[in-house]
Amino acid sequence: MMRTEWMNTPGPLALATPELSRRRFLKASGVIGGGLVLGFYLPVGGGRFANAQAPAAPVSAPNAFLRIAPDNTVTIAVNRLEFGQGVHTSLPMLLAEELDADWSQVRGELAPAGDAYKDPAFGMQITGGSGSVAHSYMQYREIGARARAMLIAAAAQQWQVKPEDCKTSRGMVLGPAGQSASYGSLANSAMQLPVPQKVALKDAKDFKFIGKPTPRLDVRAKSSGTQQFGIDFSLPGMKVAVVARPPVFGAKVKSFDAVKAKAIPGVIDVLQVVTDRGGQGVAVIASGYWPAKQGRDALQINWDTGGVEKVSSDQQLVAFKELAKQPGVVAKDADVSRLAAAPRKITAEYQFPYLAHAPMEPLNCTIDLTADSCTVWAGTQFQTVDQGAIARTCGLPVEKVTLNTMMAGGGFGRRAVPTSDYLVEASNIAKAYRASGKSAPLKVIWSREDDIKGGYYRPSHVHRAEIGLDSKGNIIAWNHAIVGQSILTGTPFEAFGIKNGVDSTMVEGMGEPYEVPMKLSVHNVKANVPVLWWRSVGSTHTAFVMETLIDEAAQMAKMDPVAYRKKLIGDKHPRHLAALDLAVGKSGYGKKALPKGHAWGVAVHESFGTVVAYVVEASVTKGVPKLHSVTAGIHCNRAINPMTIEAQAQGAALMGFGTTLPGAAITLKDGVVEQQNFSDYTVARMNEMPKIAVHIVQSEDPPSGMGEPGLPPLAPAYANAIAKLTGKRLRKLPFDLASA
Amino acid sequence: MVTLNINGRDTQVDVDPSTPILWTLRDSLQMTGTKFGCGAALCGACTVHLNGQPIRSCVTPISAAVGQKITTIEAMSADTVGKAVQDAWVKNDVPQCGYCQSGQVMSATALLKANKSPSDKDIDDAMSGNICRCGTYQRIRAAIKDASKALA
Repeated sequence: MMRTEWMNTPGPLALATPELSRRRFLKASGVIGGGLVLGFYLPVGGGRFANAQAPAAPVSAPNAFLRIAPDNTVTIAVNRLEFGQGVHTSLPMLLAEELDADWSQVRGELAPAGDAYKDPAFGMQITGGSGSVAHSYMQYREIGARARAMLIAAAAQQWQVKPEDCKTSRGMVLGPAGQSASYGSLANSAMQLPVPQKVALKDAKDFKFIGKPTPRLDVRAKSSGTQQFGIDFSLPGMKVAVVARPPVFGAKVKSFDAVKAKAIPGVIDVLQVVTDRGGQGVAVIASGYWPAKQGRDALQINWDTGGVEKVSSDQQLVAFKELAKQPGVVAKDADVSRLAAAPRKITAEYQFPYLAHAPMEPLNCTIDLTADSCTVWAGTQFQTVDQGAIARTCGLPVEKVTLNTMMAGGGFGRRAVPTSDYLVEASNIAKAYRASGKSAPLKVIWSREDDIKGGYYRPSHVHRAEIGLDSKGNIIAWNHAIVGQSILTGTPFEAFGIKNGVDSTMVEGMGEPYEVPMKLSVHNVKANVPVLWWRSVGSTHTAFVMETLIDEAAQMAKMDPVAYRKKLIGDKHPRHLAALDLAVGKSGYGKKALPKGHAWGVAVHESFGTVVAYVVEASVTKGVPKLHSVTAGIHCNRAINPMTIEAQAQGAALMGFGTTLPGAAITLKDGVVEQQNFSDYTVARMNEMPKIAVHIVQSEDPPSGMGEPGLPPLAPAYANAIAKLTGKRLRKLPFDLASA
Repeated sequence: MVTLNINGRDTQVDVDPSTPILWTLRDSLQMTGTKFGCGAALCGACTVHLNGQPIRSCVTPISAAVGQKITTIEAMSADTVGKAVQDAWVKNDVPQCGYCQSGQVMSATALLKANKSPSDKDIDDAMSGNICRCGTYQRIRAAIKDASKALA
């Protein structure tokens, strides 16, 4: 049994950040192998997105954040999903900084679903909103500082000296008379001491890890094929399930013939199952993926699509364009009466398609359902919601559901699903399998086609803008409408994120940082296509619209696009100016002569608290655009791991670039998704990768996130360069120069 | 029973000869270093070597590999070129999510075995069949050049 000890922490830190007074630290003893185990708990209900439906629940067992073993190994729990963004390294860096650990002894470990691991700002366990480092910056440092104080106290007791006469360095406590002891050797005695209520955090000038370019802790495993991902997990006796999902979202099974499927060697069972959005499907359970997939493909299913809406992209576009001309729900209400008499006008209509996330690791979920418990292994971004959904589906109390977080091969939002679609589906399959009288752990694997066709897309949008400029090129009125599906409706974020009928994720990024009189209205359209946040969410489209229109206004004003932006930004947004100036300065914009046929393009955008400016160099040859280089200026406040920031900016920029490529669109016809795989759903490949140089603005402020903000400004910067070269303003993603 | 030579060892598997090498490795032999990404030879995550040539194991049935030599990511740390590639991957901190990297390492190793000092274009030509959604391409290019230098 574990014993827990609770400590309030009303220290000086609590004065600096009010919510810290709500946090509690704990330690657990009786852990096998001994050592120091330190945990941390934030009561449910403290977060911005705390849900009235999820009342505060007591923590049943301590969830350790830090284990120091007698062999000196320092294991740091990562309370997020690692799926490429680097939290498996950057969060341990924060704790190790205050602990004064020897980095070579530090290991990261993904935490399972547990109250202790909830995002301190969101109040639920989620990896999203580029919030991992931003929200856990103080959390991880505080744990490290407390553990360090306990190790010092243990050493001081042993040496009969004052704690304040001891120092620490690289995993050792050093005494005043030259004594030294490793953290591992002190861990057991430190565990007997109380957790200190007050600790001082390091002064930034003493940082050893924070700000230092640090290679990933998982780099060797991920370079040698030894890293285990969710899809690699297996259990003795485990079977694999592949599912035939309805061709139209939410459709049902009229009848099916499984004779051919069952004849395939390795196929064990074929079961009708409940699928997402009230639909029905057929699961083939087999000894492995290949027979299950062959079995699935051999099924003959008569679908009943009568009861569900069948969306066609062509018709949707026509309807969206019509709606965009009508006033919608008001999000911003500036006076635009000067529009009618404006001497110069820009009228623009933009189109954005549905986009699939298409992470490289196809969705999967391993589930072991017994009569009274359920254990799940999945690379999920949304443990709190998923654990609850699995429990409801299986008819179990939530404490009987163990959800283990597996390393994931990308996600970009697709693994944070408010309906927990792929986990609920796996639960339904496991239930059906048990109901058929069989029992085995199951791994549900999605094929790439299942993933591309499986919904939860970045919603399609139409924007319409009418901008009036005075004779000097100043924007005097901006009337704007956005049409699309709401992402937050029906999610735990609805109460927070939808105000007066306006989904904040649809309008985020509109207006700011420019001082323009904007009237903005939205139309929330309902459509039978599941939509979801997709890396940088609303900014995937709003940044494109804003940054290309501002560029066009600059052109109309006959001003340099950088100078025009700076004038409009004014002095209220110094971080935008700093990021823009850095990118401009490092790129040689306006100074360096470009090769003939090349042009600069500029964009700057803030999302998730981080400002990213890009200066790009592009050319167009025979109607085909090419992106040659990108210079990034990043303002993410204090840089925790510059290597991660660089990688995230490069990766997000490439993903943004990918949205401009022919074929980067999900379209539907009669309710059926028309794309299948990477053959007809385009993602960026190596030969298309521009050179991306990343520069970071120096800052001492608490860090903001980097998972998403690198994406939004890439496509508009590229479009602005193409406009300079061709005179054509691209208003449709993916780019289609021929029809522009 | 089918006998396959995998990483220098004859291995017996009891699967249908039409089964792709990928699923034989992953499901029958629990060799999960080789990844499933698309099932259609479009992404390169499943790349292995067949007699030294990079192939997509998701579309290559084991019947095509009988009597041939299959080499997987699991053998790369014991291969001079493969080890140099992996070390260069570590030095350049290439991976992000890491899921595609087994395939990237296999394609890069095959490239360097055939071409000791590849040009930028050689690298792009050899590697553009391997998708990385995280966007690690720039570091992959640098790592291949580093590995090339280390092997010179």
